[in-house]
Amino acid sequence: MGATLNSAASGTANYVDERTSIGGFVKFFARKLFPDHWSFMLGEIALYSFIVLLISGVFLTAFFVPSMETVHYEGPFATMHDVEMTKAFESTLVTSFEVPGGLLMRQTHHWSALLFLASIMVHMCRVFFTGAFRKPRELNWLVGFTLMILGLAAGFTGYSLPDDVLSGNGLRIIDGVIKGVPLLGSHISFWLFGGEFPGTALIPRIFTAHILLVPGLILALIALHLFLVFLHKHTQYPGGGRTHRNVVGLPLFPVYTAKAGGFFFVVFGIIALVASVFTINPVWNYGPYDPSPVSAGTQPDWYILFIDGLLRMWPGWLFGLPTEWELWGYTLSLNILIPSVIVPALFFGFIALYPWIESWATGDKGEKHVLDRPRNVPVRTGIGVGMIVFYVILVLEGSNDIVASLFHLSLNDLTIFFQWGIFILPVLAFWITKRLCLGLQRKDRELVLHGHETGTIVRHEHGEYVEVHSPLDDEERWVRVSFDNHKPLEIAPERNDRGVARKGYRWDRFKQRLSRFYYEERIEPVTPEELEAAHHAHSDAPSAHGLADAADAKGANERLDDEWEELDEGATKK
Amino acid sequence: MSAADKNSSPYSDLTSANGHDNPGLPHHRPRRADVDKKAGKRAERQTALLFAISIIGTVIAIWAYFGLDIGDGGDVAAIQQINMWIGIGVFLAMIGIGLGAIHWAKTLMRDHEMVEERHELRSSDEARAGAIQNLKDGAEDSGLAGVERRGLLKGTLITALAIAPLSVLVPQIGNMGGDWNVSKFRHTIWGPGVRLARDPDGALIKASDVTIGSVFHVIPDGLHELDHAAMMNEKAKSVVLLVRLDPKDLTIQQGREDWSFDGIVAYSKICTHVGCPVALYEQQTHHLLCPCHQSTFDVANGAKVVFGPAKRPLPQLPIAVDDDGYIVAQADFDEPIGPSYWDRLKGGDDTAVEEETR
Ligand code: HEM
Ligand code: FES
Repeated sequence: MGATLNSAASGTANYVDERTSIGGFVKFFARKLFPDHWSFMLGEIALYSFIVLLISGVFLTAFFVPSMETVHYEGPFATMHDVEMTKAFESTLVTSFEVPGGLLMRQTHHWSALLFLASIMVHMCRVFFTGAFRKPRELNWLVGFTLMILGLAAGFTGYSLPDDVLSGNGLRIIDGVIKGVPLLGSHISFWLFGGEFPGTALIPRIFTAHILLVPGLILALIALHLFLVFLHKHTQYPGGGRTHRNVVGLPLFPVYTAKAGGFFFVVFGIIALVASVFTINPVWNYGPYDPSPVSAGTQPDWYILFIDGLLRMWPGWLFGLPTEWELWGYTLSLNILIPSVIVPALFFGFIALYPWIESWATGDKGEKHVLDRPRNVPVRTGIGVGMIVFYVILVLEGSNDIVASLFHLSLNDLTIFFQWGIFILPVLAFWITKRLCLGLQRKDRELVLHGHETGTIVRHEHGEYVEVHSPLDDEERWVRVSFDNHKPLEIAPERNDRGVARKGYRWDRFKQRLSRFYYEERIEPVTPEELEAAHHAHSDAPSAHGLADAADAKGANERLDDEWEELDEGATKK
Repeated sequence: MSAADKNSSPYSDLTSANGHDNPGLPHHRPRRADVDKKAGKRAERQTALLFAISIIGTVIAIWAYFGLDIGDGGDVAAIQQINMWIGIGVFLAMIGIGLGAIHWAKTLMRDHEMVEERHELRSSDEARAGAIQNLKDGAEDSGLAGVERRGLLKGTLITALAIAPLSVLVPQIGNMGGDWNVSKFRHTIWGPGVRLARDPDGALIKASDVTIGSVFHVIPDGLHELDHAAMMNEKAKSVVLLVRLDPKDLTIQQGREDWSFDGIVAYSKICTHVGCPVALYEQQTHHLLCPCHQSTFDVANGAKVVFGPAKRPLPQLPIAVDDDGYIVAQADFDEPIGPSYWDRLKGGDDTAVEEETR
């Protein structure tokens, strides 16, 4: 049986290969190496929840009716009996209450949407803090960034489909934001809704966007994203044997086929469990869209909250001055435009362009394949934490009614606190994080120079007590001394020898300023000379100490030889 | 490095760094199953068990779909039962495969790391030169560059390509906006003599029904006679809140002396921020709170903004009481309700729009 199977397989392989030369691809891909680290799974979670979205989404399309025609509900859910509603809302009730497995799939779809966006954002943070966006991966950072924006679009259009009170209100807010666009606002609103809000055109239109346009784009960009990952080969964390010129890891087949493939099923399984146990978006409790009712404390999906937070935070009157202006009879709604368009554009724009901004400051044109430990780039890490704090404040302000009632605070005081906090707290977070990173780097130096504390106290001949320190092993030391010691850029002077002004000086000057901001304050890595000196200081100490050192050094040397052999083997393998 | 200076890095490639040498890969520690046959067998059995759990999960899901009683097709509780069991089945079916595969990989597959060289991404200088040459040759063949530059071709082609999308986009965008009559934003179905009715049941409101401190959610009488789509559009603009205050608490706005009736005032319920219904009324303070972004309007004082992101007061509906004692509108709102837009104060049709008063 085994033999026939084998010959069948080789027969098929031969058939396909003669027509596609797929053998070359298989040879190339099958044993491609991937480094191992838990943080590399974050992107995978995003990918897998997207696949679950596709599967559950296709299920839902079989029952969802994207229509704003009206019907009177006659289904089994008694509370809604005879209520006038759109077919979109009715079909959502049908999916929930009359299709076995339908509610499960709705909830699977919604939970995986939440997970999809959460994992994209955490994945982005990982890439940011470890510097995985540096050359040659800047373009892939942009692809990932675009995927995040498309994810937001997919989520919002999906959330709007069931046409319940909450989603209708969300759309009305979007309508209000669109109307605030100067010059064209009212016409864009008419274009989107096919007339006045809510009209009868919107649900079919966003349905097309939701199931075709946006997922199509996401799929294409995921393909590009993964292609670039393969092309660049994965980054790796610093460690013995790892350089900017190699990848150390385990082969795609079978190890990652099993681990990553298996992980897909784990993600799917967990989403299914959550979806079968925890209700989400029970639209039957909200009722069909009606422009009149709304209740306090209702929330959009979490990924929309930051916009809501911005809208809540920006006051209509600032120190007695209006933030909506009438100019020559035209209305300019800065109270809508700034929070919902300008601030998000600046925030996201900064994120999108960050790799280039940092590269101006660094001036390093080499390829970077070994990741940074966040502490070793204190300013970047500080900026990242500052941005997270900025975002979290917006999310909290977006649910300030819930926060206020949870902690028994006054709603208005909370908003005023955040209005000041949004300026102060991110800067504070930046500063604290930077100090923490520098502190951690100092500790690293200490550790490299003086070794681990062992807790053993010995007594010198002359009666002094000291704690025995055991030196770091090679791996531990290497991780702490091998980081890039960036220094502020040196630039050519403004005028050449003949006193002629140089073109591009101002741009260089800007880069230099930026560079100083990043690298002026830094902790230098321990040099071999310092290490040597520290060792001498130690060997003056009691003999117990020196012995341990010697034994360890010997062991380490033996191991070193072993490993270089292995490295060589690996390298010749290719 | 084959690359030009531009691509070089002042930093090390980490075969050594800051004067230290890379110590090489750490020692590989064998796992239990690598050295102990029995441990290997055990790992194999555990993996098989996990796969078996998956098989059971699939069976549960299918059993739940066919085997559980759906009731009379309309039993919500029964359907929820089925959903839960299918879900648990899917969970087991998936997690069994997943954990099994991962356990297999962790215990039995290779865990000894291997090393692969990277190659610089930049193409070689020859390849680049070749690419440039090919493009030059191609451009010359086309006549767009080189000896006989056909400038006319280039100009017309670029223009044609640039405007061709308009042939599709203009009709599409043009059709998508319905009748494009944006001046509809200015009107609601309120008008002289239209009675105020309760939302949602449509019952008419007498002035005597409205006690001090009470608040009514109001729609124009006759709204429900419209077909559903028109009704939704009109309702989205015309919902009103009716409140009665003690007349001595009420600051009458200049020019609106006769817009209220004995302490009864009516304001648009659509927030002037981005258009949510402003639904929460606080009796003590006479404040109306918009739940969306917490704009707060003072009903006792012209519904002016006292807190939050809105800038303009809620538009006031002028009311009176007709001969039968019902509350009626005197006219439509005198300004567009809801969120601001660029030309909201511009005419463009016959509605007279007064300058805003504040
Ligand atoms: C790309 C990522 C996607 C995201 C983030 C997403 C998100 C959402 C969300 C949040 C909902 C509301 C669910 C609810 O509570 O009712 C929804 C509904 C829906 N989605 Fe998606 N979705 C995605 C992709 C897809 C795809 C690929 C399809 C189909 C091919 C699809 C089909 C549907 C349908 C038919 C509904 C309405 C079903 C209902 O509410 O009963 N979605 N989506
Ligand atoms: S819509 Fe009312 S405060 Fe924003």
